[in-house]
Amino acid sequence: MLYCAALSPRRQCVVNSLFDIAGTRPALDGTGASMRELFRRQPKFTTTGDDDLRSLVPDDLWVKCPKCNELVYTKEHMRSLRVCQRCGYHFRLAASERIEMLADEGSFVEWDAEITTSDPLGFVVDGEEYLVKAQKTATRSGVGEAVISGRLKLDGKPLAVVVTDFSFMGASMGSVYGEKLARACERAVDEGLPLLTVSASGGARMQEGLFSLMQMAKTTAALTRLGEARLPHISLLTDPCYGGVTASYATVADVILAEPEALVGFAGPRVIEQITRQKLPPGFQTAEFLFEHGMIDQVTPRHSMVKTLSALIDLYSGVRPGRRPRRRRAEVVESEIVANGATDGE
Amino acid sequence: MASSPSANGLTPWDRVLLARHANRPHTLAYIGALYDEFVELHGDRSDGDDAAMVGGIGRFRGRTVMVVGHQKGESTRENIQRNFGMPKPEGYRKALRLFRQAEKFGMPLITFIDTPGADPGLSSEENGQAFAIAANVFAMTDLAIPSIAVVIGEGGSGGALAIGVADRVLMLENAIYSVASPEASAAIIWKDSGRAADAAAAMRVNADDLLSFGLVDEVIPENPPAHEDPQATIVATGDAIERHLIELDEMWKRGATGERALLEARYAKYRAMGEWQEAQAVPTPAAIGRR
Repeated sequence: MLYCAALSPRRQCVVNSLFDIAGTRPALDGTGASMRELFRRQPKFTTTGDDDLRSLVPDDLWVKCPKCNELVYTKEHMRSLRVCQRCGYHFRLAASERIEMLADEGSFVEWDAEITTSDPLGFVVDGEEYLVKAQKTATRSGVGEAVISGRLKLDGKPLAVVVTDFSFMGASMGSVYGEKLARACERAVDEGLPLLTVSASGGARMQEGLFSLMQMAKTTAALTRLGEARLPHISLLTDPCYGGVTASYATVADVILAEPEALVGFAGPRVIEQITRQKLPPGFQTAEFLFEHGMIDQVTPRHSMVKTLSALIDLYSGVRPGRRPRRRRAEVVESEIVANGATDGE
Repeated sequence: MASSPSANGLTPWDRVLLARHANRPHTLAYIGALYDEFVELHGDRSDGDDAAMVGGIGRFRGRTVMVVGHQKGESTRENIQRNFGMPKPEGYRKALRLFRQAEKFGMPLITFIDTPGADPGLSSEENGQAFAIAANVFAMTDLAIPSIAVVIGEGGSGGALAIGVADRVLMLENAIYSVASPEASAAIIWKDSGRAADAAAAMRVNADDLLSFGLVDEVIPENPPAHEDPQATIVATGDAIERHLIELDEMWKRGATGERALLEARYAKYRAMGEWQEAQAVPTPAAIGRR
């Protein structure tokens, strides 16, 4: 009912504008209509009386599925974890929404929120400075940078998380992104926490040039620390994930999960089409495509995400506590030293 | 966008053109001139042999080293065969195989970077291009051998970094190194790949800029540009590699502790890369943290 009421003014507008285009109104007015009246610009849309009724319906009461166009009542939509119940489309999530879905209530503690963008290159595009753009984006999106990191409890289990927010410059990876991720790895090691990264990203941040490329090395280097401490890195790839993020830490993981139909790849579909000049096959670069090609462990629907993650954390934790020796060669040398020390003692 | 010429009168875009010059020496030219013996090793033991990535063992100034590098063609025909120096996943996996082998035998690793980028084709995506690059970057951060990467021409994107995470990164004066090719960057920034020259200037892709940022360790001068006197450039490159190799050896040869010191130094090097602002406990003004 509400839905019909909400749309009826628009339908009325369409009718009115059609009426105008036909140009019949002045003519029908008849007698006193001058030529000037005939060519007077008519408002394209006129509002009808039930405008106030429309204002009673908040903008976000209904959500439309971009895939199947199904309209869903927002409350219902949120209850279904922002998955379309008709076609199964997984809506893109803001970092805060993702964290809310994963964390036990009130368990999330953010790390390193005070790190913000700098402008190492002095980058200006068409008169707009990079820093100004970043600040504008931060204000508009309500997120300070492309990633949020912190610790939370998932199903009662403590976990370090790094989650991207696509609304901040396409969650592109620059220095702040890299630094937050590296610090999260180091803290995870200090606190003995498994690491979950949730990635959606357009790739490297152009505005930081080669600094951005080097974040690929920095983030993967930080993951070696996690490995030495026998702490798992679980990577969840979400829609869309491309370029330098897919080609670095996000695919260097003990377990790689992806949400259904998430697009994941190295080069974007437009680039590939331009270069190869052929139509891409249906389903190209989807999570299911990656799964078929043996690139990821699982396509995990959002509804079973917490359950799956909880089980993984359980299974990986405490198998063999303690640090993994860095290198076999180093290990041999060290054990020799210990052995020699023992004989000397006797 | 200002593309102001540098001291020697070259704009950033001039440098891009020099880096791509057809007569510029490519990896096999360096290997041929600098190595007394060289045996090329082929194949990734899984999918095939990628001609855009070459590698093998050789003797460099008296010691056995592992060499890996992108290879462009010397002619159009060869360029097609070598995919213009754009490796596919099998190329990166071949490189990874050679990294591991170098580590196993305790050989230093030397890489030559010269690629517009990793191959962006359909089959590369199917075979996990991003995964292959990530695996190499990850492996290189943790290889227990000294490594030196030299950007001899184009250092394009993740396709370059996949053999570029080394203890020392050297760069020829007229080489470029960028997060994406100037054309791709322009397409992303302005939706117009025709503004590549502007992108090259804005992204600071030149060796002297990158040295000032601390992202590369040394710039090897080209007097004159490499394509005019390849031999001089190659010898200067060899001398620089040798110098750094001796330095790294000092650290590395001290057994297990040396190995650890080498890995710690490499970790610290890449860990420190980046620039950001960090508000102090008392906010404003934000401290600009140059790391």
